[in-house]
Amino acid sequence: MSDKKYLFKRNNVWWVKLAVPLSLRSELGYDLRRTTGEKDLDKALPIRDKIVEEFKTEFQIRKVNADDKGIVLRGTEHMQKTDISDPQYFHKVVDCQYACPAHTNVPEYIRLIAQKKYDDAYMLNWESNVFPGILGRTCDRPCEPACRRGRTHDKPVAICRLKRVTYDYKNDIDPYLPEIPKVKNGKKIGLIGAGPASLTVARDLLPLGYEVTIFEKDNKPGGLMRTNIPSFRLPAEVLDEEVYRIIKMGAELKTNSYIDSLKNVIDSFDAVFVGTGAPKGKDLEIPGRKEASENIHIGIDWLTSIAFEHTKSIGKKVIVIGGGNTAMDCCRTAIRLGADDVKVTVRSPKSDMKASDWELEEAIDEGIPILDNTSPKEFLLDDEGKLKGMKFEKMEAQYTDGRRKLIPTGEEIIIECDDVLLAIGQDNAFPWIEKNIGIDFNEWDCPIVDKTTMQSSHPKVFFGGDAAWGPENIIWAVAHGHQAAISIDNFCSEVDLFDRPPPLTNLVSQKMGIHEWSYDNGISQEARLEVPHADLKQALNDLKMEVELGFDEKLALDEAQRCLNCDMQTVFQEKLCIECDACVDICPTDCITFTTNDTEEKVREKLRVPALNLDQDLYVSGKLATGRVMIKDEDMCVHCGLCAERCPTGAWDIQKNNYIEAHNLNKGRVKAKEVA
Amino acid sequence: MSYFKPINKHPNLEKNKLGLTRRDYEGGVSTLCAGCGHDSISACIIEACFRLNIEAYKVAKLSGIGCSSKAPAYFLNASHGFNSVHGRMPSIATGANCANEDLLYLGVSGDGDSASIGIGQFIHAIRRQVNMVYFVENNGTYGLTKGQFSATNDLESKNKYGEDNLFPPIDLTSMAIQMGASYVARSFSGDRDQLVPLIMGAIQHKGFALLDIISPCVTFNNHDSSTKSYDYIRNHNEAMGKTDFVPLGEEIKTNYDDGSSVEVKLHDGSRLSLEKTDHNFDPTDAGNSLELIREKNKEGKIITGLLYVDNKCKPLTEIMDLPDKPLNTLEQDELCPGSEVLDEINKGLS
Repeated sequence: MSDKKYLFKRNNVWWVKLAVPLSLRSELGYDLRRTTGEKDLDKALPIRDKIVEEFKTEFQIRKVNADDKGIVLRGTEHMQKTDISDPQYFHKVVDCQYACPAHTNVPEYIRLIAQKKYDDAYMLNWESNVFPGILGRTCDRPCEPACRRGRTHDKPVAICRLKRVTYDYKNDIDPYLPEIPKVKNGKKIGLIGAGPASLTVARDLLPLGYEVTIFEKDNKPGGLMRTNIPSFRLPAEVLDEEVYRIIKMGAELKTNSYIDSLKNVIDSFDAVFVGTGAPKGKDLEIPGRKEASENIHIGIDWLTSIAFEHTKSIGKKVIVIGGGNTAMDCCRTAIRLGADDVKVTVRSPKSDMKASDWELEEAIDEGIPILDNTSPKEFLLDDEGKLKGMKFEKMEAQYTDGRRKLIPTGEEIIIECDDVLLAIGQDNAFPWIEKNIGIDFNEWDCPIVDKTTMQSSHPKVFFGGDAAWGPENIIWAVAHGHQAAISIDNFCSEVDLFDRPPPLTNLVSQKMGIHEWSYDNGISQEARLEVPHADLKQALNDLKMEVELGFDEKLALDEAQRCLNCDMQTVFQEKLCIECDACVDICPTDCITFTTNDTEEKVREKLRVPALNLDQDLYVSGKLATGRVMIKDEDMCVHCGLCAERCPTGAWDIQKNNYIEAHNLNKGRVKAKEVA
Repeated sequence: MSYFKPINKHPNLEKNKLGLTRRDYEGGVSTLCAGCGHDSISACIIEACFRLNIEAYKVAKLSGIGCSSKAPAYFLNASHGFNSVHGRMPSIATGANCANEDLLYLGVSGDGDSASIGIGQFIHAIRRQVNMVYFVENNGTYGLTKGQFSATNDLESKNKYGEDNLFPPIDLTSMAIQMGASYVARSFSGDRDQLVPLIMGAIQHKGFALLDIISPCVTFNNHDSSTKSYDYIRNHNEAMGKTDFVPLGEEIKTNYDDGSSVEVKLHDGSRLSLEKTDHNFDPTDAGNSLELIREKNKEGKIITGLLYVDNKCKPLTEIMDLPDKPLNTLEQDELCPGSEVLDEINKGLS
């Protein structure tokens, strides 16, 4: 047996692939890959042994806070029959849902849009991601790069903008909201910060009878969604509707209540959730910083003061330093406040910028130049001591072994400016948490938080959102909120925090009759549709005018038709198969192969089209009458269902995989069923 | 029910020398029953044409009547086609062959079309050595008329409704060898590893090539008392050694020990390499082939593989000494020798 079977090559380096056992998959995903960092097979092999040993030991002493646990080596033996009773198998096939931190059932709501059932589509979103209207405008959309359509066609489905459609076209959804018990369960929960994480916790706990109090330092709830996202991207009425919907469910909101001591709060509650975000913008300590401080602003603070209308103007020439989404919001806001010369400078090459592609595009479309490879050196002052410009040095990116290094070129440039906005990152800050109350902090002054339970070292205190592990985005805060709410409910009911509810799953045949399936496989082959934009001239003069207009109904329905319905799973039963090859012949993307079983590495090579995308699994059947097995590469399947349509014996069936990630709303649902 | 296949294909799909993928050789979505063996055969024809870098516009698909004869609609969309009267496809093929021998002729027929109504035509096309590939998609039943016995159904088999077959079958392969077919093979629609090289060999062969392909009818002849069901064929198939098709100028990749393979050179220089088995079989000896088929029939086995090949035969157009250029391209001055020649002839007669 060749040792190579344990390894695969990517980016010219050997990797180890470790399969995660069933019990840990919900936590760790389907498998783990670790690079050996070696190009040479002989050198990689001993490193591989070490990695395997490390994983084996780590598994045995399974610590609570470890995020890297892997165990069995895949690839030493013939491929095992795929266990489709494991809900994670088909969940992973639904690329968008799997990539979403909150695991929103995307194909299902897109189908509901296609049926013009906007209320249902909105509620499906609301249950899972709590803020469909807000996220439909601002989400970082991890689902879209994952979208299968990006592999099989050209560009992903505009999932995020379809989510917005559910908000824009819904009617009154109040009747569908969960009922809030009049008799409370006697447990009081304190939530610090009224951002997306806390609001999610509140929404998940209120229907279970908890009494929830939210403390907010500003005069309105919403957290960074209100303070840092400009209203030309997220109109206040959308924000207010979705935020106050939760408050109206019965949360007690205390605005203008800055908590300056956790100790004072902790005893009044049965559990406390900290969702205070990462509120400290990073500063830039270079010559001239102090002297020119009047015209240098920290981006997120500046955006906040605009949101609350404390700041209403800015100089004519503005430099924004930073390459993330905050930098994009800053430069676009500056233009709307009356600046006529706004430039963004970023140290790295444009291709490495942290800003989402679409936010960068919007800034460029508004005529804002992005100067990359430009590193700030000094703030320059005029004779009166006022900021007059900045000195930068041009950098050059060099890549060695996939690692980037920025090398100064010595070339200096000077850019004139009246104001500078710093958007170079954010930090957590907890000056209000006493060091002696049992919450442990790590070397970077971040609390030590368990990745599964969101619990800190103080059993009553839970963290989530940016407050837990630093800046992420709204959808991650929501996902954290769901998990924290489960933990808090377990904690208050004296259930082990690791005894977590499983996802609700269902796999149901969609067969309606001969050659009939209950979904529309006539997908649109059109390119991704563009979202209409407001007139640029008008938009640039109005801070509150929403730039993106959203899809109109026709565009929405057309875009919805681009979805491949990846939740419609192809389920295979080997005992019914007569090996007529009809499915192999009809499959438009050559996913299906009948062949002899072998190790995964060899199987991947001998398929009709070799399966080179190791991120995607192979669906392996049990042994067939001829001794062969059916192997389907999930990578390129377009879920057209033709394999099932051309199957004479029903060995292939199309079954809808409904996967609802665990959150507390499910609990109410399960209880209601039990009562019924 | 879907009538179209999504147009998108796997981005890593292999391309042949013409830059085409397998999917460029497809036809419409089949309207035959799901699981029909004929669809597998269509897929194998697609695969063979793809691998041989055939330009689809240089192919003519000919057929008669029956389920099998619908099949040409499901492969090679860009080819010529002619759907003839029941059993009369061989005549059309003969005429077309004389008119334009530059095209590749793929005749697709079934057991009814070839062994019953068209048997006279079939025999004479063989006798005349028409340069074509003649597919018999043999399912032993009249599927299009609800499952009556066909002339190739075995004596011991019953139909779907339990009635006995009273008459012995016609063995098309032995008949073809006796009539002078120069390439005769039998295969099974469910064994594409065997079938694809046989089709490739047949396409490169010059002369009449018969492929008798057992192709189960899932609707009427795939039951327990059928001798042409998927299960029965898999259990009784006696495949001869593996046949590899080796295109001109390529090395044989399969490794057989010395002397364990037989090579047959085809007209264009490409080769068929046959793995030798216990049969001690020489595929170029007609007597040997007939003996083997008869023996295996007696044992109740279905022998599959390349049964007979005569790589020195002359095709119809050479026998008739037709001009090198296709007849349909000849101009007036080439067809009419002129009055001087006529005068010469007349003089000779006087």
